[in-house]
Amino acid sequence: MRNQSAMQKRTLLSGQKLQITIKRLCHQLIENHTDFSNTVLIGIQPRGTFFADRVHQELTAILKTEAIKKGHLDITFFRDDFRRKDGLVTASSNTIDFVIEGKQVILIDDVLWTGRTIRAAMDALLAYGRPESVELMVLIDRRFSRHLPIEANYIGMRVDSVDSQKVKVSWIENEAEDKVILLSEPSSPKRP
Amino acid sequence: MAADKLSTRHLLGIKDINLNDIELIFETADNFKDVINRPIKKVPSLRDITIANIFFENSTRTKLSFELAEKRLSADVVNFAASSSSVSKGETLIDTVNNILAMKVDMVVMRHPYAGAGQFLSRHINAQIVNAGDGAHEHPTQALLDAFSIREKLGDVAGKKVVIVGDILHSRVAISNILCLQKLGAEVMVCGPTTLIPKHIAALGVKVEHDLIKALNWCDVANMLRIQLERMDIKYFATGREYAMMYGLNKQILDNLDKEIVVMHPGPINRGVEITSDVADSKQSIILNQVENGVAIRMAVLYLLASQKDS
Repeated sequence: MRNQSAMQKRTLLSGQKLQITIKRLCHQLIENHTDFSNTVLIGIQPRGTFFADRVHQELTAILKTEAIKKGHLDITFFRDDFRRKDGLVTASSNTIDFVIEGKQVILIDDVLWTGRTIRAAMDALLAYGRPESVELMVLIDRRFSRHLPIEANYIGMRVDSVDSQKVKVSWIENEAEDKVILLSEPSSPKRP
Repeated sequence: MAADKLSTRHLLGIKDINLNDIELIFETADNFKDVINRPIKKVPSLRDITIANIFFENSTRTKLSFELAEKRLSADVVNFAASSSSVSKGETLIDTVNNILAMKVDMVVMRHPYAGAGQFLSRHINAQIVNAGDGAHEHPTQALLDAFSIREKLGDVAGKKVVIVGDILHSRVAISNILCLQKLGAEVMVCGPTTLIPKHIAALGVKVEHDLIKALNWCDVANMLRIQLERMDIKYFATGREYAMMYGLNKQILDNLDKEIVVMHPGPINRGVEITSDVADSKQSIILNQVENGVAIRMAVLYLLASQKDS
């Protein structure tokens, strides 16, 4: 991957539009889960947690309840590229202080690309017990790039992209701005 | 946050690793401690790795701890104890290990009665080596789990005062502990009878004290080492009872100190010699926490070493 500053940037979502997308996703969740009495939100570490926190915040505001459970799940030890990739991905913390057994779990991540992270997340999740069901919510779905048969139930935005491109999601909490951008290699000079 | 890579391919001793390595191991061990307290205590990270535990010397805790750590990382494990092997038929160390490696083993965890056995092996074979104790030289994972336990109990190791009491002369735990604690910024003192304190130990930058009460009043943490009778070729002190009177820690001494100190012991305990039962089982003792942390630390070490892509 080349230096990010040399890449072309296209903003996919930002500011109010991103806010509206999150609101829409929350209402879709409420449609299926009503009062969240048996539903828990799990954000995937490290980057899905910001999105999960936002969704949790929004749901709390809409439903006017503090009772919606939310956790963070680290998948590092369940990845399938251990020893196949240079460098090590440092683990993050797990914060799941409730029982997963019998719950309806909504896994939350920022970008769905190959599907490998979600595969690992499902394995990691099962180490905490047997949920009644697992659904997936993503902010960005990079279509047609899956390595595994995995699809999301709730999607903020679908994006068509190629492998050399990169989708970057930043939040006020980590990078001072709510923004989703698509990074592309500069296009090659036109043929004469 | 620590950098994301160990500086070494083997873990032979604390001497060969740096502060960043230690911090990375601790951070990773925090995660594994969380794993081993879950309903399902296992992760699949090392599922395509085979580890041989080669023990040329007896061990209960270390061997069990390594084996549990390996199994909780989903590695395949083979065990080898010298006492029941062809070593007694005269096979050399390299031959033994090469034969084991021919069975496609990726990592070797070795305990050996001679100092430097791990170093020697690392020069001659391809597998990654974890030293589980070599003679009176080093026992790196023990030192890491001791420091990790201090960090857990007191919040930090830096600036803490740790006294290591007892048989320093025959102790690999002492050497590794001194190096590890110093790298983490702790002050270290050794305490014991003159005969069991190596002559030039002060060159490592540790304080030397022969009065147990003075040492205990100085420290935040007391690590009471086991008297290693099996390594003593001559008499270093008159009787076990005399040793217990001079250097044994009992509840009365503990209660009469100016402050509450943390008591550690690497095990196995000679109850009534280094420490009495009421001390070993008291609230100030973190002996069983050490054992629990041992598994997490060893998982971290194996995981971090195994994550290095084959060269």
